[in-house]
Amino acid sequence: MPRTSVADLPRFDCRDAYVATLSELAGADQRIVGVVNDSVGSSKLAGFRRSFPDRLINVGIAEQDMVGVAAGLANGGRIPFVSAASCFLTARALEQIKADVAYSNHNVKLCGMSPGVAYGELGPTHHSIEDIAWLRAIANLTVIVPSDPVETSAALRWAAAVEGPVFVRVSRMSVPQVNPDDYAFVPGRAVTLRDGGDVTLIANGTVLWRALVAAERLEAEGVSARVLSMPTVKPLDTEAVVAAARETAGIVTIEESTIAGGLGGAVAETVVQHHPARVAILGIPEFAPTGSAAYLLDRYGMSPEGIADAARSLLRHG
Amino acid sequence: MTDLAEAVRGQVTLPVFGRVDRRAGRAEQIAHLAEAARQIRIQDLKLIHHTGAGHIGGDFSAIDILTTLYGAVLDISPERVADPERDRFILSKGHVAGALYTTLAAFGFLPVAELATFLQPLSALNGHPNRTKVAAVEANTGPLGHGLPVAVGHALSAKLDVSLRRTYVLVGDGELQEGSNWEAMMAASQHQLERLTVIVDRNRLQQGATVKETNDLDPLADKAAAFGLAVAEVNGHDHGELLDVLSSVPYRPGRPTFVIAHTNKGHPISFMSGNVAWHHKVPDEAQYRQALSELEKEH
Repeated sequence: MPRTSVADLPRFDCRDAYVATLSELAGADQRIVGVVNDSVGSSKLAGFRRSFPDRLINVGIAEQDMVGVAAGLANGGRIPFVSAASCFLTARALEQIKADVAYSNHNVKLCGMSPGVAYGELGPTHHSIEDIAWLRAIANLTVIVPSDPVETSAALRWAAAVEGPVFVRVSRMSVPQVNPDDYAFVPGRAVTLRDGGDVTLIANGTVLWRALVAAERLEAEGVSARVLSMPTVKPLDTEAVVAAARETAGIVTIEESTIAGGLGGAVAETVVQHHPARVAILGIPEFAPTGSAAYLLDRYGMSPEGIADAARSLLRHG
Repeated sequence: MTDLAEAVRGQVTLPVFGRVDRRAGRAEQIAHLAEAARQIRIQDLKLIHHTGAGHIGGDFSAIDILTTLYGAVLDISPERVADPERDRFILSKGHVAGALYTTLAAFGFLPVAELATFLQPLSALNGHPNRTKVAAVEANTGPLGHGLPVAVGHALSAKLDVSLRRTYVLVGDGELQEGSNWEAMMAASQHQLERLTVIVDRNRLQQGATVKETNDLDPLADKAAAFGLAVAEVNGHDHGELLDVLSSVPYRPGRPTFVIAHTNKGHPISFMSGNVAWHHKVPDEAQYRQALSELEKEH
């Protein structure tokens, strides 16, 4: 019987895992509050508001205030989960994230909803492809990009339990479950989803499953691709990256964000310093034209076939 | 310790003050605050002159407000800087860190000797306050327009906790040109944060010019009132007026308080007061001696 392809698995919106987990965490810990910028609907938090009417603070359409308020709530002993479209949260309130949260070391959890090109046809104003590069440059901030509902849930549980600033991307584009039900999130650690010795694919978020399908196709051609899931962009699992650089012919990084300074940038920085190797960075290199999220990912070479092609090319020229 | 810090160490002369005794007569309380503020100014002047850096204009504009808060109003003490039920004070105009550190030292929140390290390599006393280095600091400020939203967040946490702890935030008037303040005032009003007090250091000067000729705030009282805050106007160098208004929480039930504290940048030094040149100018030897003698004569 042929193995089921990851491509054929049912798909989930990670926001559902987000709200279910947040509600469960809030039920167990009085300190947890939600902070939103009129984003109750887009964050799917209507149920949370019904369960915890006093603990969902809606500051209105005011992102700078939203993040500052979250820092103040943390100062008062609360654990705020800021829940807002990643494009507005990270761009509009970047200085608040830097000064009030990260530098002040306030215990705030920043949840960037519908990141990357999830808003597709709404265009580059609503795309959040720069968030990873911006936030990765800020000290004292853990940056997590979960790839499926299980990892979203696990990352949130970890964030709630740890003292300190954390950013978690919460995907809107539906994805298959690629991690096991009993998955335990370990910050700063890559997860080897497929072992392989010819080439390495490193991905996270909504494009990880696409990398897994690419690996299936490569396997059919006799190419053994290692697939590293890299949920934590910062701190990066440099050991796993260096091992991939040493043990395989090269690395293809795949991410739903800009090719400047994101996961690919982090991997490249590590590789050039510790074990120079060929790296191909797939991502979004420009303000994207009109199109659905899936169309845009395909357009920028992140269809399973596009990813497989990048690996083939790397092997050909390696 | 660097040579400079070594040299500055000889200039650390600040006495440590206790809190105002609230059972004492009003005149005695005010005299206590006035003497503390005078000594804080003398120390701050010495630090800035000998270190060669600092924001003396804004420091002197804010010192009476800071002294009244730490000397008489805030329900905190050096032993209770981590008490969840302490009052919070957030210095939004973080560039007057020198005034804050000197005030904290004057009331026992910081060892007086540590003032000699102000701005020196690896000192906890950065040019803008850092809560991870100085225990009594509540937020790392410096970029303007950050303190008020954080204060609103803290006041919300107190309301959620059904706690009587109070929140104070000191903002500059020029700083109110940042839109984030107005976002925060809308939220403060919406949530009826009556235990939040916003204090405006209304010295009418910003870095390079008057507020009026830059981007005028007037009518400031009307604007704040229109945003739903209860407005009070006081002389920001009068400890009695400050003590009365800052102790009145809530000032008006259901509404956050907006205290316009009318001040002079560089107060009370004759050649600095209200002079835009003294935003972050460092007094030379002659200016230093004159300022010192004016402060010593004030006694």
